[in-house]
Formats: sequence, structure tokens, C-alpha cells
Amino acid sequence: MTMIKVENLAVTYGHGQNALKVVRDVSFEVAKGETFGLVGESGCGKSTVLGALAGRNKTWSGSVVIDGETANPKRTKSQLAKQQMVFQDPFGSIHPRHTIGRTLLEPLEIHGLDRRQERIEEVLCDVGLPQNFRYRFPHQLSGGQRQRVAIARALILKPQILLLDEPTSALDVSIQAEILNLLKDAHEREHLTYVLVSHDMAVIAHLCDRIMVMQNGLFVEVTTRSNLLQGGVVHPYTKTLLDGSRGYVATKLQRELTIG
Amino acid sequence: MPDNQKIILSIDNMSVRFPTLSGSVTAVRNVSFKVGREKVGIIGESGSGKSTTGRAIMQLQPPGAIVTADRMQFEDVDLLAASEQQMRNIRGSRISMILQDPKYSLNPVMTVGEQIVETVILHERVSRREARARTLAMLERVNIRNPERVYTLYPHEVSGGMGQRIMISMMLISSPSLIIADEPTSALDVTVRQQVLGILDDLVTERNIGLIFISHDLNLVRSFCDRVIIMYARRIVETIDAEKLEHATHPYTRGLLNALPSLEHPRDRLEVLKRDPLWLEN
Repeated sequence: MTMIKVENLAVTYGHGQNALKVVRDVSFEVAKGETFGLVGESGCGKSTVLGALAGRNKTWSGSVVIDGETANPKRTKSQLAKQQMVFQDPFGSIHPRHTIGRTLLEPLEIHGLDRRQERIEEVLCDVGLPQNFRYRFPHQLSGGQRQRVAIARALILKPQILLLDEPTSALDVSIQAEILNLLKDAHEREHLTYVLVSHDMAVIAHLCDRIMVMQNGLFVEVTTRSNLLQGGVVHPYTKTLLDGSRGYVATKLQRELTIG
Repeated sequence: MPDNQKIILSIDNMSVRFPTLSGSVTAVRNVSFKVGREKVGIIGESGSGKSTTGRAIMQLQPPGAIVTADRMQFEDVDLLAASEQQMRNIRGSRISMILQDPKYSLNPVMTVGEQIVETVILHERVSRREARARTLAMLERVNIRNPERVYTLYPHEVSGGMGQRIMISMMLISSPSLIIADEPTSALDVTVRQQVLGILDDLVTERNIGLIFISHDLNLVRSFCDRVIIMYARRIVETIDAEKLEHATHPYTRGLLNALPSLEHPRDRLEVLKRDPLWLEN
């Protein structure tokens, strides 16, 4: 079953002369329960695609169908609750002067859900945080713990889709492993659909079933995880990204060619 | 090990402490290492003291910090005994530092060219005209296609990759014998990262100088450096040749390697690093 269906999505920022087409004509489908990866360098439009899916970005054109329901740039509350987002920087995405409990309460208030205290307890347990963290402030938490809070805030509305914008790139390797495991567990437990944006091929290959490679607002290649791991990618840009994730490769020729 | 090569920097038993109201906090504890004409990587997670180590070598620690060591020898200079005046002559001309984000480390109100010219004139008494010529040559050396144009740009007008290349050219123009690169590519994209590292690699090899490469990216350090120093909780836990990193013995290094999602050996679940309090003891 198709969970997300996007056709001819285009996003433009600015008006008139300053208009900048960030995403140009992008179409894709994500099945229910699938983990879908978007890779590309900064500025290629991958976060903008996510923003359009989440309903944050309202200046897009094309058609977006989520769970069989056509999503307009302006959405209803129940449509918005269907997909939740986790951001890159756990230091910037949580209100610094709200306790964790209040941060988690806010989405419940906005969407008018009942059993608020129990829901908060459940979700803290799900992301592996102790209950007394409800009374803490973000500055009393480490980066990994904050990212757990961000994931908890997304999960508390029981969404069907989780949109992850570089969820581990601000974290250390050891913490990244914990968060990736947590995401994998949540995926299996809640039967969620994931759309994951990252620039790290290894992270993408670890979580995603299907991978889309983006460059300059267009998709250049769609591939599967097994294909990626076996090195069966075709587009030279995908290969560059793949090599980049493996570490440093001393190739003089490539350097001379690509410098601008 | 830098055995027969000439040792540029040797640090023995260095500690860095920060006095606070509630007693002193040790940021680096009893660190000893040597750097020859090679690329040495320092890996560690945030707060492990890797950047503080780099800054302590340059004597660039914040005021109040206390650096103690048995020995800190850089070529013929005893860094421990060097006065601020002496250090100022060393910094930039004999030891250079490349920082993480060119956006914050370049002067925003000076053109790129002027900043590099300033460095040249400060360290070597040359004419403005010659300094300009050398700047343009150096910009070209770091593969900037149109140096004349870039010379007149302000830092906000260049891209991140370009900015980092400008930083590299500024740091190398005075021919230092040691470069400390503190996360030089963390702010850059994968594709740009390759180019910047390539340039750095070429220049280090060509001029036969030492490089301390501070990073948290295991794959990167493994493939870029000759030797790797692994720091955990303010001390060095292991020093190992980069190609032997697979056979690292310390449980922390092993844990880090296993926690990394890998394209070669995909795993269903990643191993989570279990921290042993014993690692803090010795």
C-alpha cells in the first residue's frame, strides 16, 4: 500500500527576479512501512522536499497524496498529525526554557489528545529515557538524550510517518549507533513509514530499503539497499557520494576535474 | 612510529586544567606523543580533549587555563618556556592551525586577498607587491581557478569549500613545519571534503611537513592519516598505525569501530558502546 505519493513536486523560494527553484519536478512513492532515504549534498533540496511533506513549506506545487488523502499546502490538524519531523540539531530544536515534560505536552495540547500524563510516560519509556527526565531542562541533557526527546516528541502523536532530517549528523559515533538502533526499534514496533534525509551513505544504507539520490533539485538515481551495498549504482554522482562516505581516496585526477 | 624521521614536536606528560569556582577541571590528562614528518590523526568524541590538546600546543588556551608538562619541544623551541612574544613569532609562521568553519575563522570585514597578504607581510618582511604575487600563486596552488577574482571577495561571498581552501592557503603561505587541523572538513559536504583533503594531502607531502589532524570521523582519519591517536575521557587510550586500526586492542577503539554503520559489513543492529569505568583508571 502506498503511504506517500508525490508527483511533480516543485518548490520555489523568493519572487520575481530572485525566484530560486530549489526542487524541480520530483516524483516518488513510499510504501507503508518502508524506510525511504534521500541523499545529496547541502543545498540540493532534500530538506525542502521533507519540509513540503511535513507541511512546513507552503509554497510548493504538484500533488502530494498522504495515506490516500490529497494534501494541500494548507492542512488540517489531523493531516498534520499524520507525519512528524525530527530535526538535525538537538540543541536548537527543543525550547530551552521548557522542561522536557512541557515540551512533550505541547503537541498533545495542540491536537487535543486525552490521557496526557500517561502518554508522556509511555513515550519516555519507548525512547529509553527515565521518567524523572520530565522535570529536566534541555541544558541538563546530553546531545543524544536531547535527540531522544526530539524523537519522543515526534512519536507522542502516534504518527504514521516519521520525517527524519539528518537525525544523527550532530552526534558522536557511539551516540549515533544508539539513536539508529532506537529508530530501527521504533520502526518495527509502531510499523512506521520513514523518510530519512542524510548525507552519510553509511547511515542511509544502514536504515533504508530504497534510496533516492538528489542533485540540484532533481533525482538522479533511485536504488535499493542491496544494490547500493553491492556497488551496483550507475550514476557518477552516487559513486562520488559513496566513495566520500568510505573516507579519503587519493585520486588526483578527480580533484582536478571537480574543483570550481 | 616516527623513528628515523626527524621529530618535529614532542609532548611529554601534558595536562591542561581549567580552574573553576568548584575546583579545577582537567580537560587533558598526562598526554604524551611525538609528531614527525607525517600525518597524525587524533580521534575522540566531543569532550575527550582533542581540541584542547591542539590548542595547548599553540599556547592558545583560554586565559586561566593551566598547562603543565614534563616537556613540550617544538623543533628548537621549548614551548613551555617560550614567552608570548616568541609564541607570536611561531604561530602562523612555524605552526599553523586550520579551524573547523571558515565562516568564523576568516575576518568578515577584510577581503580574502588582504587577509593572506597580511599574513605574509607579518611573518616575512616583503613588499606589498611581492606579497600579493605570492598570495595569488598560493590561491592557485589550492586549486582556485580564478585567483584574481577570489582575491577581492569577502569571506561571506565564498562557498564553504572555497573558504576552507582559502584557510589552507593562508596557513601554508609562510611554510610552517607543523599544521594543526582541527576538524577541517566537518562543515563541508562529502564531495567537497575529498577535494579539500586532497589539497591538504598534496601540500603536506610536497613540503614534507607534519600534520596533526583532529577529527571525530573514524573512516576519514583511518584513510587519511599515517598514525592515529585515540583519545577517551581526556587521555590517550591507544596509538596505532592507521592501516592496523582494524586490529586495535583497546575496548573503546573496538567499540567505536563496531558502532559505525559500514557499507562493507552491513549489520542489522549496531553495537552500542558500553563504557567501562576502568578505562578512566589507567
